[in-house]
Amino acid sequence: MKEDRYEIRLSGSGGQGIILAAVILAEAVGIADNKYVCQTQSYGPEARGGKSKAEVVISERPIDYPKAMKLDLLLAMNQASCDAYFYDFKPNGLLLVDSTFVEQIPTSRSVAIPFTQIAREKLGKEIVANMVALGAVGQLCPMVSVSNLEKALVARAPKGTKELNRKALREGIKAAKKFNLHALPRSISPEEEEEI
Amino acid sequence: MANNDPPKKLLLQGNEAIVEGALAAGCRFFAGYPITPASEISEMMSVRLPRQDGTFIQMEDEIASMGAVVGASLAGVKSMTATSGPGFSLMQENLGFACITETPCVIVNVMRGGPSTGLPTSPAQGDVMQARWGTHGDHPVIVLAVSSVGDCFDITIHAFNLSEKYRVPVIILSDEVVAHTREILALPAGDKIEVIDRIRPSTPPEWYIPYEENSRGVPPMAAMGEGYRHHVTGLIHDQRGFPTQKPKETEAFMKRLFRKITHGFYEIQMTKSIMMEDAEVAVIAYGSVARSAQRAVMQARQQNIKAGLLQLITMFPFPKNAVDTALRQCRSVLVPEMNIGQISREVKRANTSDCRVLKYNRIDGQIITPTEIFTELKDM
Repeated sequence: MKEDRYEIRLSGSGGQGIILAAVILAEAVGIADNKYVCQTQSYGPEARGGKSKAEVVISERPIDYPKAMKLDLLLAMNQASCDAYFYDFKPNGLLLVDSTFVEQIPTSRSVAIPFTQIAREKLGKEIVANMVALGAVGQLCPMVSVSNLEKALVARAPKGTKELNRKALREGIKAAKKFNLHALPRSISPEEEEEI
Repeated sequence: MANNDPPKKLLLQGNEAIVEGALAAGCRFFAGYPITPASEISEMMSVRLPRQDGTFIQMEDEIASMGAVVGASLAGVKSMTATSGPGFSLMQENLGFACITETPCVIVNVMRGGPSTGLPTSPAQGDVMQARWGTHGDHPVIVLAVSSVGDCFDITIHAFNLSEKYRVPVIILSDEVVAHTREILALPAGDKIEVIDRIRPSTPPEWYIPYEENSRGVPPMAAMGEGYRHHVTGLIHDQRGFPTQKPKETEAFMKRLFRKITHGFYEIQMTKSIMMEDAEVAVIAYGSVARSAQRAVMQARQQNIKAGLLQLITMFPFPKNAVDTALRQCRSVLVPEMNIGQISREVKRANTSDCRVLKYNRIDGQIITPTEIFTELKDM
C-alpha cells in the first residue's frame, strides 16, 4: 500500500515524560504545521516505572486508523522499551536511543545520543531529558519543523520552566545535527540491500 | 453580527471534545462519578461549567448521578453525565425514569472491557445492547456512536439537539480508543453551531396540559418552578401527568412514546458511506473499529477488491434502510466488533436478501486492526 502516513513511537519508562513529549510533537505538527495528526498512548494503571509508550501518526490526509502499525521512527529512552517496541520497526525506519541507558542496539539504522547525560550535565536537570530527545526527534524527522516544535513546547511548558525547556530542546537539536542519516544503511532488510 | 474569525484549533482527546460539544450545545449541568476511561469528561466539566454559570456536581454514585441529571433537566437545564460500563449499569433505573417522563438528557458511556469491573483501561464495544435495552420495559431510546475527536464534538451536539427535540434520553457510545486519542479539532464559532432547545408551553399556566397529544407527539415541556404545575411520575400517566391504569390511556401513551421517534427516523438515523457506490463487499462498523475498517477498505481497493464501508453513527433506532441498501447491493458483508457479536445480530435480522453476513469479533481488550479486517475482506 502506498505510504500516506509517517509513524512515530516514543517510548521509555513511566515518569520520563514520554506522553508529554508526544503531545507537544502532535501540537507542533497538527496546529502549527497544519498536518493531520493522531496521538495515542499505552494506557495502563501504572503511574511510574514500567514501560510507557506514546505514538504520533502524521499525514497530509485525514487519518483513518489512529495507532502506529509500522514505525518510521522509534525513540527508546531505555533498554526495556527498546527491546519491547522494536518489533514494529520498518526496514527503512530510524531508531533513536538514549545511549545513557540503551547499550544493546538492535539495528544499524540507529542514532545513539545520551539524552539523559546531556540533560544532567548541560542543563543540570535530568527531568528535561524528554525535551532533549524531542529536539533530536524534531531534527531527524522530516515531517516536523523544529521552529514549530519550539513554539509548541514554549506554549505548553509551565511558567518558570520555559527557558529551561527551550534550552533542552535546542541541545537535542544540536546533538542530532551531528549525525548524517545518509551515512546509515538504507534498509535493514537483506532483500532490499541486494536490490541496491 | 456574524463572527468571521477562523476556527480555533486545539489538540484534544475524544473525551475533551465531548465536553466542548456539550458546552457548545448548551449543556449547563453535569452530575457524575469518575470512572476510567471516562474520567476526563468529569474532570474537564468540573473546571469549565462553573465558569459558564453552569453546575458540576460529583455525586455519591452513578445511581444518584443519573437522578440529578433528570432533576436538573426537569428544572429546565440541559444536562448530561458520563460513565463507563459499571456506572452505566447503575444508571439504568433512572434512565428508565427519564424515558417515561420524557426528560431530555445525554448519557455518555465510554466503553471498556466487561462484564462487571472487567478491563478498566482497555477498549470494548460490549455495551451496545445494554444501551438499547439496559433499562426495563418497552422504551424508545436514541444511541449514537463516535469514532473520532471530530465526531465527539459534532455528535455530542447532535445528541443534545435530538434529546431536546424529541424529549428522549440520548446515549453516546464511545470507547477507550476514541476517548484517549488526541486529534486536532477546529472549534467553530458559537454562531455557526445549530442548537435546538426544547419547546416550552405557549399557553398560560392554568391551561397547561403537560402530556397533551399533538401532531409531533412531543408535548411542550415546562420547567419546574416556572408556575406551570405538573406532576412527574415513573408510573404510566395520563395527559395531565397523573398515574393511570386504563388500557386505552396506557396504550395511547406508549404508542406516542414510540411514534415521536418513528416520525423522526429520517433525521435520527445517521450513517456514513465510504466507497459504497460500486461496492460488492462491505464492512458495517461503528466506533473506533470503523476507522480500522476504513483503512482495510482502502487496502482492499488497492488490490482491486470492490470494498466499501457503511459506518453506523446511529446504532438505535437501528438504521435499517441504510443497512438494507448495503445488503441488497453486496454479495457479503462483514461486521467487525469488539464484542461477541451484538450489531451483527441486528444486521442479520435486517437481512432479507441473499447477502452473506459475516462477523469478526475480538473480546481480548484489543482494538481490531486494519490488517485483520483486510484479511477477512480478501476472502469475501
